[in-house]
Amino acid sequence: MNSVVEINDLNMTYQSPNGEVHALDNISFSVTDGEFIAIVGPSGCGKSTLLSILSGLLPPTSGQVLLYGEPINGPSKKTGYMLQKDHLFEWRSILKNILLGVEIQKALTPEVEKRAIQFLQTYGLYEFRNKYPEQLSGGMRQRAALIRTLVTDPQILLLDEAFSALDYQTRLVVNEDIYKIIKKENKTAILVTHDIAEAISMADRVIVLSQRPGTVKQIYDIQLSCELRTPLHCREAPEFRYYFQKIWRELDIHV
Amino acid sequence: MYNPALASSPPKQQVKPISAAHKRYLQDLRRHRVLVRATQLMILVLIFALWEILARASIIDPFITSQPSRILRTITTLYQEGALFNHIGITCLETIIGFVLGTIIGVGCAILLWWSKFLSEVSEPYLVVLNSLPKIALGPIFIVWIGAGPTAIIVMTLAISLIVTILEVLSGFLGVDKEKVKLVQIFGGSKFQILTKVLLPASFPNIINALKVNVGLSWVGVIVGEFLVSRAGLGYLIVYGGQVFKLDLVMTSVVILAIAATIMYKGVVQFEQFVLSKTGLKQREEKNLI
Repeated sequence: MNSVVEINDLNMTYQSPNGEVHALDNISFSVTDGEFIAIVGPSGCGKSTLLSILSGLLPPTSGQVLLYGEPINGPSKKTGYMLQKDHLFEWRSILKNILLGVEIQKALTPEVEKRAIQFLQTYGLYEFRNKYPEQLSGGMRQRAALIRTLVTDPQILLLDEAFSALDYQTRLVVNEDIYKIIKKENKTAILVTHDIAEAISMADRVIVLSQRPGTVKQIYDIQLSCELRTPLHCREAPEFRYYFQKIWRELDIHV
Repeated sequence: MYNPALASSPPKQQVKPISAAHKRYLQDLRRHRVLVRATQLMILVLIFALWEILARASIIDPFITSQPSRILRTITTLYQEGALFNHIGITCLETIIGFVLGTIIGVGCAILLWWSKFLSEVSEPYLVVLNSLPKIALGPIFIVWIGAGPTAIIVMTLAISLIVTILEVLSGFLGVDKEKVKLVQIFGGSKFQILTKVLLPASFPNIINALKVNVGLSWVGVIVGEFLVSRAGLGYLIVYGGQVFKLDLVMTSVVILAIAATIMYKGVVQFEQFVLSKTGLKQREEKNLI
């Protein structure tokens, strides 16, 4: 399989008046097409920095990041980014919200709008297309946010703690929801999270980062024996606990 | 693959028959509103009635306090002389020009200061000084530079309202969620798109707030300007009336001024309502409307 993302010896150092912060240290890994990767690590280990670099918002201090073999140079249409909160604009209807990305990229054509409406139909938001965000539940809003990203047709989705603003029950449902959509649309996904269970239940591989400066401590291939490969079912797999214990120890968190 | 049953179900609104208790609650609510309105109206009527009665009974001197019937007579006389709408028109026009210019230039400057961090850092101490300076002190300077006339009055108005507008709108821009800005950047948005897609709509409440403050300040600017230079307008009538001890004229002008200022303020509120009704902001903002 081809690797769609390749990271070689990535280093990131922030400059501030109080000194330098070494956020990422010699990160190297690659992601193959259609893979679901989760990155976990203690807070402040540079997980989000890594995603910002992948999204092209932040140039790395040194090292190489390749998307489909090409170096990153600013925000790319190949990547889509999901933030912690849905950040739907409250002054736009749901339809106008999900068209925001293509509107900004000046790619809004009747066909694109038709595709956007199809997304809404497929994922149960069609009847809410003219409603405003505050009229939707948290789970629906997160789904709308994902559709907003999907409408720009990215190949790789970057999820930055995309579920942490939701309450626990909603979160489990949204995990399931988003996972199925990503698999159905055949996207590669990189999820940053501090929730170990979320990472194991969703990802094919879990990358564990160390404390700052973040380095790749361990990479786990998640192999769960569950019939239906969906997050909710996988939480019941016998191997789930084993991975959880492993990663928990790896993180070495002391409060 | 996708199972809608797992997705959170849409919030359904049930139509329930109104219970007796709820009916009573709604009635009480309506009665309360009527009571407030009636009391407000009564206070107004009472003040004017008392004013008239005390003046007629010679308890207060209408030469100094004027009285409602004299105010009405003054309005009629002014109207018959054809001067009434002339004075009102001049003052309103100056105010509207000052208000519109103040808003446009103020928002423009705020955009400029947001656009260039360097510019905003450099201008900060100047803005602080200009904001704390009593702008009325600049009146004589404007008259000497620009000449006594409507232009000087409008410049006076701008001097009073501009800095406040800039600061209010800029603080609105800076208060917009950084993540919303990030979202636009992720989609490859330019700085101009950040401005039009996020900052302006998101800081709409601040802009409206600035407009509301601006309406009042524009009136202050115009009246002060007219005090200093003019030959016509409500401010002129007030000063002239004071000089020749025609308190009827002064009171009349003040009453007209109060009405005109209220109408303009309500105009801004209407504009706000109109824009809100076009967007999803409506529900959230309704409570704050006066």
